[in-house]
Amino acid sequence: MAISGETLIQVRHVTKEFSKGAVKALDDCSIDIAKGEVVAIIGPSGSGKSTLLRCLNLLETPTSGTVHFHGVDITDPKTDIDLHRRKMGMVFQHFNLFPHMTVLKNIALAPTQLGLCSEEEAQKKAMALLERVGLADKAQEYPIRLSGGQKQRIAIVRALAMEPEVMLFDEPTSALDPEMVGEVLEVMKELAHEGMTMVVVTHEMGFAREVGTRVVFMDGGRILEQNTPQEFFAHPQEQRTVDFLSKVL
Amino acid sequence: MFDAIAAWYAGLGPASFFNFKFLPKYAVYFVHGIEYTLLLSVVSVLLAIIPALLLALMRLSKNRFIKGISGAYIAVFRSTPLLVQLSIIYFGPFSVIRLPVVQLFGFVDISRFIPGVIALALNSSAYVAEIFRAGILAVDGGQMEAARSLGLSKWQGMKLVVLPQAVKNILPALANELVTMVKESSIVMALGMQDLMWGAKTVASTTYITLAPYVLAAIIYFCINFPASKAIEAVERRMRRGDQR
Repeated sequence: MAISGETLIQVRHVTKEFSKGAVKALDDCSIDIAKGEVVAIIGPSGSGKSTLLRCLNLLETPTSGTVHFHGVDITDPKTDIDLHRRKMGMVFQHFNLFPHMTVLKNIALAPTQLGLCSEEEAQKKAMALLERVGLADKAQEYPIRLSGGQKQRIAIVRALAMEPEVMLFDEPTSALDPEMVGEVLEVMKELAHEGMTMVVVTHEMGFAREVGTRVVFMDGGRILEQNTPQEFFAHPQEQRTVDFLSKVL
Repeated sequence: MFDAIAAWYAGLGPASFFNFKFLPKYAVYFVHGIEYTLLLSVVSVLLAIIPALLLALMRLSKNRFIKGISGAYIAVFRSTPLLVQLSIIYFGPFSVIRLPVVQLFGFVDISRFIPGVIALALNSSAYVAEIFRAGILAVDGGQMEAARSLGLSKWQGMKLVVLPQAVKNILPALANELVTMVKESSIVMALGMQDLMWGAKTVASTTYITLAPYVLAAIIYFCINFPASKAIEAVERRMRRGDQR
């Protein structure tokens, strides 16, 4: 199923418990993400999709199991996770732009603070990225002045400024007004076509079908089924998948 | 008419509310008292800021031991009277550490002022720590997550993203702490520090006018604190309006 065969992220037997084991958000999940793949994770709410995604860059620490990125075990406490997170961009449901900084500062912050390039270079790169998503005129605005769709496109740009090898999307369009969903999906689609490796937790079945190279279905903290979008939507194997699809399609 | 008022004033007894006859001669006690009180309060709160930030960050740490130390400090200083803390610090460490008797500005005795400031700052840092903690917690958790997801360290996220946003929550509360400190610091009189309250007491016992010096002290405290807290409220309102824009 892998596109180029080279495994970028390898998740093995990851379990995540909350409230001292009272809640099991993830139950023995294993998955490989290969370079160039666009993996859409779908499933009912509370199924563990977001938790799984957040385990990939260790915003959530697995209770047990391992996550390897480029063959390095990032769940090992001795690994410097900050170093690996630079190469894993993340986009959040609620954008999480920094409200006290201009758009340009938002984008240039991490590259300059981490000493990857000079302030000037970072701003130049930020402007080029803003140009690409059609928001160059907003560079000096504060996030509060922007629409949801604009905020999310800028959040994507902010992650891209770190030149990541994989982009993680956590329900990127769920908090948007319906008329703004399209502009964000458009940017994501472009990214996918440029060959960016993407893991997308989404409710947008159209996006999963059209852009995804693989669809993963989760329920009850487990990965129940995964397949190419064509196969997945045409011939779901599990009863739970059939039930879910009948509700959302 | 004017004669009548003058006669009434001249006839006021030592326990009268309005007997301010001590003023021409003793006003300097109150002027120095105000200066002493303000100096003490401002320096104490300023000194409290850095330890308070440290305590707040420790309190928010995941490490139980670090969290415990900070929690214990805050609990002790918030659950014992300021006068007791002051006495322990003054008669404890500062009975060993001998400070030179130097007069600052001609009326601030360093050997008493420094123990007083340190006690007030230690006490205040416990309260300010809680102000900081609340201010930091009020910043949306997604902010730190976004910072971390970009590869920034915990400290960078705190310094560049969370704290600048927390300041907006913290500043008004910190100003209120200063107002509280102006009032609470009156307790240093008990150790002979020459603040506003000490001035009132000294004038009362020197002139045998027992009530009016304290009335004047109350008026002065009010005239400092009431406008200050109103100003803080106004600033707070404006900041909140800024949020909704």
